Amino acid sequence: MNWWQRLLRRRKMEEQLENELRFHLEQHTDELIAQGHPPDEARRQARLALGGPEQVKEYCRDARGTRWLEDVLQDFRYAVRTLRNQTGFAAVTVLILALGIGATTAIFSAVNLVLFETLPYPHAGRLMMISDFGGSEDSRGYVAFHTYREVAVRSRSFDAIAVLKAWQPTLVGPAEPERFDGQFVSASFFHVLGVPPFLGRDFEASDDRFKGPKTVILSYALWKRRFGGDGTIIGRQITLDENSYTVIGVMPSAFENVLAPSAQLWTTLQYDTGNISNVQTREWGNHLRMIGRLQPGVSTGQAKLELDAIGHTPVPEFPRAQWATHKEGFIVDSLHDNVTRSVKPALLAVLGAVLLVLVIACVNVTNLFLARGVRRRGEFALRTTLGAERGRLIRQLLTESLLLAAMGGITGIAVAELGVRALVAFSPPELPRVGAITVDGSVFAFGLGITTLIGLGCGLIPALRASRNEPQMGLQESSKRTVGGHQRARTLLVVVEVALALVLLVGGGLLLRSLNRLFAVAPGFDASHLLTMQVQTYGRRYDDDTTCIRFFAQALDAVRNVPGVSAAAFTSQLPLTGDADVYGVQFDDNKSKEAAFRYGVAPGYFETMGVPLRRGRVFNAQDMDGVAVRPVVINESLAKRKYPGQDPIGQRIRFGGSPDRPWDVIVGVVGDVKQTSLAVSQSDAVYVTTAQWLWADGAQWLVVRTRGDAASLAPAVRRAIWSVDKDQPVVRVTTMEGLLAASAAQRRFALILFQTFAFAGLVLAAAGIYGVLSGGVAERTREIGVRLALGASRESIISMVIRQGMTFTGIGIAIGLAGAVVASRAIAAMLFSVSPLDPVTYVVVMVLLTGVSVMACVVPARRASRIDPMSSLRQE
Amino acid sequence: MSQKSDLPQGTLDLLILKVVGLGQVHGYAIAQRLQQVSRNVVQVPQGSLYPALHRLENRGLLAAEWEETETGRVAKFYRLTRKGRAQLETEAASWQRLTEAVGLVLKLTEGGVE
Repeated sequence: MNWWQRLLRRRKMEEQLENELRFHLEQHTDELIAQGHPPDEARRQARLALGGPEQVKEYCRDARGTRWLEDVLQDFRYAVRTLRNQTGFAAVTVLILALGIGATTAIFSAVNLVLFETLPYPHAGRLMMISDFGGSEDSRGYVAFHTYREVAVRSRSFDAIAVLKAWQPTLVGPAEPERFDGQFVSASFFHVLGVPPFLGRDFEASDDRFKGPKTVILSYALWKRRFGGDGTIIGRQITLDENSYTVIGVMPSAFENVLAPSAQLWTTLQYDTGNISNVQTREWGNHLRMIGRLQPGVSTGQAKLELDAIGHTPVPEFPRAQWATHKEGFIVDSLHDNVTRSVKPALLAVLGAVLLVLVIACVNVTNLFLARGVRRRGEFALRTTLGAERGRLIRQLLTESLLLAAMGGITGIAVAELGVRALVAFSPPELPRVGAITVDGSVFAFGLGITTLIGLGCGLIPALRASRNEPQMGLQESSKRTVGGHQRARTLLVVVEVALALVLLVGGGLLLRSLNRLFAVAPGFDASHLLTMQVQTYGRRYDDDTTCIRFFAQALDAVRNVPGVSAAAFTSQLPLTGDADVYGVQFDDNKSKEAAFRYGVAPGYFETMGVPLRRGRVFNAQDMDGVAVRPVVINESLAKRKYPGQDPIGQRIRFGGSPDRPWDVIVGVVGDVKQTSLAVSQSDAVYVTTAQWLWADGAQWLVVRTRGDAASLAPAVRRAIWSVDKDQPVVRVTTMEGLLAASAAQRRFALILFQTFAFAGLVLAAAGIYGVLSGGVAERTREIGVRLALGASRESIISMVIRQGMTFTGIGIAIGLAGAVVASRAIAAMLFSVSPLDPVTYVVVMVLLTGVSVMACVVPARRASRIDPMSSLRQE
Repeated sequence: MSQKSDLPQGTLDLLILKVVGLGQVHGYAIAQRLQQVSRNVVQVPQGSLYPALHRLENRGLLAAEWEETETGRVAKFYRLTRKGRAQLETEAASWQRLTEAVGLVLKLTEGGVE
């Protein structure tokens, strides 16, 4: 029999052992009776000869070799029984462990993947983002195609360089037309990333020829969904935006595109490499992102030096446009830093917060175990007296702790899983690699390990004590109820908890005030009841400006007739959408130049948005006609700065620096509007009507002021647009309030997590205070009884307990304040017009924490005051 | 163990193997046989007999079956396995060598140093 067979057949083996020994006794007794002993005497002698039956059985069980396992099972059963008798303790411990482990695992899983893990490309450390130097360390500009060409040809530091830009093609076919996110890339794109297609081939230089045949590479998901994973797709023609493309490849399913996570298909730019001296072409527009793969052994610094040298020394083969800023040099970031730059402060702040929560959880579990150990000191002393070995007691405690840790861990997995899902759901749009975030096993193991170790360590202390000391001491102590050193240790832990909770609360408070301040910033328009969506024209016939303008005009009429719509207008760019269409503007009076947002708007735009008119007039229907001198509207700040003490109406400005552009005349001044985000004050703007701009904008934002709920009107508005042309894509449908919320998504993300953690910290700290005071009161029952018997008033007992509780709350707050001053610096980047030392936040948090502490003190204090002196004295 | 055995360490196993080797036998009979054969010189505490039997069974030196005795009771009968017999032979041989050597040494002591 194997040991496990013996274990499984334990019951049968016990029965057989019993039978064997009984047979022995009966046989012996019979023989003794036969020798003439009286039956009773015979039975006694037989039993004496064999020895104590239980002892013999024990030795036989030992000989069986499964003893250790049986003990483990026994310990386990005992632990389950013990914990079942202490449901409160078990539930609280498991909950704290689960929350601590789960929250930490969820956050760290995300932060680890996004910030610390290398990007999912071979030798990802060599991937760089090369940006135009935009004048300061913080501004990273796009590059022009010819800049890329010059760098790609002249640079030796890079294995390969690629450029890319967004593409939103519409796929038509047997199924409904569908618009996809995609990318225009140079042929070297996948080579730079180091990931080839798994089906078909990569782009080659011949695919990227000006006016060459068009080719496309599909994402795995698109291939599966739209083409049913058809293995023969390579070579097939598909129609995108009325052009025919040959499918040449499918990317592997594991391919992650950190540069455009939603991109489903890729085609080549097919820009013109010739004609470099004509600067009025798209090839000279700064609108491309540039990435490069460093040669092995070349450092970022070396690459930057080389690129700067190229920038400073123009060569005749590569003439440059006037605005080709590469003469200023380049910024070379690792691709990883570049994609995580915007989310790093929030993620690090959240990571710091969750680590504080983990520490609080550990402290709390320690506290619980210590308290429990004290209560069980009597039990351990008794068991030692009855002959339990020290090792046996320790093993018993280990089993209990491990059982708790296992339960906490299992619950923790669930919490982590939910946490990761919530995290992904709440994540700000800037967060890269969201799709790849999953619960990180090693992080989970670490969290589980550390809390278990701490629990084990603390749980063992009473067992070691009980077995080391003379048991009588323990027995006496357990009944004497003195306040010992363990109480001091627990007090210390509660002080730590209060301090950490304060740090978390201050962080949460500062973020909350930042967000409130941010939303108190007037966006410059009325965001309520405003439905927004982008309407894009698609199809060759819209290459004609007149057709395009007519379509938008007809669509606008249709939308204005939708019931529930009170006003509607189109604009080329909409505030808070991430659009940034900036033009240079020259002023006639002093020839100075400014950069301003350019809005091509339909008449009625200001009225629909609720942008207030300050001087002059807004656009009317006549402004849509061709005129010699175009009317323009500028914003208030720009007018004040450029025309101090003068009337801006009638002044002349001109777009771009070119002297052959005509002058436009200012007819109105409107209020400032936040374009980039509420936190960014740059809002200089020049408005012109859509019809009078240099070209017709093919994609325009529709803004609709509604009488009722804005979002619910979206289907009707969309139908109205499609009634004019059913093939035109309508995308990014949302409300202005939604855009406002999204513009603060990162701050809100940090805030939600901080608030959650701060709340958890507060509850845990309150529980800690309550636990220590309750324990203290229980242990001091006799002392309090004596005080009461000697004439202390109940009020004085209450105030004594509360004073004790508030003393360590006070110490905790003092330590926490010092910690918060340091910690709040770390989240300074997340704050908006709130100082990290904002006194209001600190005071409110202190009041809150003190209030909660008082509440946690009141219950034990009242319990202390209700102690009956007589029974408490008699009890001993 | 509270009761001290007079048997040298490890000899109980050898004695049990020897007795069982004489034929299939139950625990009580083994105790009896040991007492008789050793003419009451060797005190085998019955309490340590069964753990020893179980240990030997676990090590595969003994096998056991439940059978009826002549008195009609059902008892656990032990017998030697092939492995047990081999073990008995090697242990008996090494015991033989040990006692001979000890005997020689004792004789030397009686005769004085030559």
